Amino acid sequence: MTNRQLKFAEAINEAIDICLERDRSTYLMGLGVSDPIGVFGTTKGLQEKHGRKRVFDMPVAESAMTGVALGSCLVGMRPIMTHMRLEFAMTAMDQICNQAAKWHYMFGGQSKVPMTLRMIIGRGWGQGPQHSQSLHAWFAHIPGLKVVMPSTPHDAKGLLIASIEDDNPVVFFEHRWLHNIHGPVPEGYYTVPLGEPRMVTEGEDVTIVSTSYATLDAIKAARTLERDGIGADIIDLRTLVPRDDAMVLASVRKTGRLVVVDQGTLTGGFAGEMVARVTEQAFDALKAAPIRVTLPDIPTPTTRALSNYYYPTPGHIVAAVRCVLGLAADETRDDPWAGIAPEDKSLDVPDKSFSGPF
Amino acid sequence: MPREVRLALYRSMLKIRRVEERIKDLYPQGDMRCPTHFSIGQEAVAAGVCRHLRAEDHVISAHRSHAHYIGKGGSLAAMFAELYGKVDGCASGKGGSMHLIDLSVNFLGCVPIVGSTIPIGVGASFGAMLQDRSAITVIFFGDAATETGVFHESVNFAAVHRLPVLFVCENNLYSVNTPLAERQPANRTITELVRGHGIKTSQHDGQLVEVVDAAAADTIAHLRNKGGPALLEFMTYRWLEHCGPLGDLHLGYRTQQEFDLWVARCPIRLHRKLLEDDGVMDEAAHVAMDAEIAAEIDDAVTFARKSPFPTRAELNRHIFA
Repeated sequence: MTNRQLKFAEAINEAIDICLERDRSTYLMGLGVSDPIGVFGTTKGLQEKHGRKRVFDMPVAESAMTGVALGSCLVGMRPIMTHMRLEFAMTAMDQICNQAAKWHYMFGGQSKVPMTLRMIIGRGWGQGPQHSQSLHAWFAHIPGLKVVMPSTPHDAKGLLIASIEDDNPVVFFEHRWLHNIHGPVPEGYYTVPLGEPRMVTEGEDVTIVSTSYATLDAIKAARTLERDGIGADIIDLRTLVPRDDAMVLASVRKTGRLVVVDQGTLTGGFAGEMVARVTEQAFDALKAAPIRVTLPDIPTPTTRALSNYYYPTPGHIVAAVRCVLGLAADETRDDPWAGIAPEDKSLDVPDKSFSGPF
Repeated sequence: MPREVRLALYRSMLKIRRVEERIKDLYPQGDMRCPTHFSIGQEAVAAGVCRHLRAEDHVISAHRSHAHYIGKGGSLAAMFAELYGKVDGCASGKGGSMHLIDLSVNFLGCVPIVGSTIPIGVGASFGAMLQDRSAITVIFFGDAATETGVFHESVNFAAVHRLPVLFVCENNLYSVNTPLAERQPANRTITELVRGHGIKTSQHDGQLVEVVDAAAADTIAHLRNKGGPALLEFMTYRWLEHCGPLGDLHLGYRTQQEFDLWVARCPIRLHRKLLEDDGVMDEAAHVAMDAEIAAEIDDAVTFARKSPFPTRAELNRHIFA
């Protein structure tokens, strides 16, 4: 393993840089990709290096520009499109779901759409109802789309390169709070194949399945659980589509207990899909009903006084694990919001260095 | 205009008409099970525009696309097989009438979400520009597509990058059964609306194929001379119901009087009259041409009927590339 530490955002930048270097048909567009901030640093310097023809800003017209990306695929291009917030891509759902997802199938496999759509999920500092939704379950629901959501800088780089090189439309989710985390990232070209989950920690007592930023909360929860002698398998799915459930099923066969942590809302969410898959395929192994730890079915409030009670905490994961293990709830100790006041800033930012506004 | 060109335009329109009439005849048998939108009455636009296209030029269309597919030279056999849902269809039977494609002639596809193909066509042009290719792209659509937001987003982007895109609006006055006056203000035309994007625009009679041809010649020359995108609006009229092989005057959304006026201006009859008056084509020449076209259609239909249905294994193919 490499010792080189990079931020998640830098790993994204490096992945795009490598792909632009390796393949002349690759290009990058999106609102702000060439401005001085460069989409939280993820696109900084790329226009200077690769030119205005291949890295460029665009009209505020996400729907048409997604169609433009698709159309360019039909003549052999390989576009990367960046959305600073997932919600902006929602104006392009026709192009993504009706067209890009189905183009290969509905024309009998004659054309392909190798398009990567980066979508950033916001949180905290008052991002509110329209800058914070994690709608990966929507996209996973549409046949023909691949859905990727890494949680480490290493995986961000390797999965993004794999996504860009994939011959299908790939929706690549980046949680804003991951952009500033550090981790080991190898230099140069490498890929992390789509469809392979990652075993983060191993334990005998419970299986925790997570995605994206929720994996960090799961790791924090596991540290607390360890103090009580509870060992968890944490499995970071990394990609929702394609997905190999073998690792999750094997883990559940070992532990008999499942908690799924997801940063989407509850109803119709991906956590429900995972619970259903495991229940269908390993019902006999389950010793307790699985539990989902998700956002409530409520739009994201802006004020931190409310958003502090909106997002699940590592404490929620600990409480869920204790519940699937049949351990008595300890009201004082198991209160997931213990020590959090409405005016608390700790749930509103990922760390003290974060100073908003996005 | 040279006599060969005038005859070629006639032949192109007649072929589109005869293909559609054949579908109209066969459709009620219930073996072509897909929504089918006929272009009968609107043939001059496809014939006049497509005559100026080269093999490398791209065409993309919408739900009423048969004329454009045939005009660009798409395979008739693959088209009929597609309508019959057969494995030899141009989309292996997975598309149907609303999803025709023939990449061998750069007919990139068509889809029935109104407005949706317009940015895709612009993207094909943008891709060609990134590859330093000189191909132009023609996007066919109806009057209603100009009501979508994505149409204007697309024209704007094409204008910013001066892409060689020809937007061809076939204004047939109705969106399904809703007249233009209920959807767009009476005091401006589509051409005037699009002119606001700063591109070359013009409106023409879509029933006179030589008028269409001249407008297309002029505008496509503008595109090839790197003059930027352009819009051509052609006034035309659909004879049959919005979707399907029947008439629809009984619905009452359009009048018999209006219908009769447009049918009297049938693009094929108008052009034939000119050719006959000018001594370019006589009855015998027309009959011979018609017979050749009929034979070509017979072959395509026979091929399509003989082609097998896709097997069960085909269901799971092509979900991902």
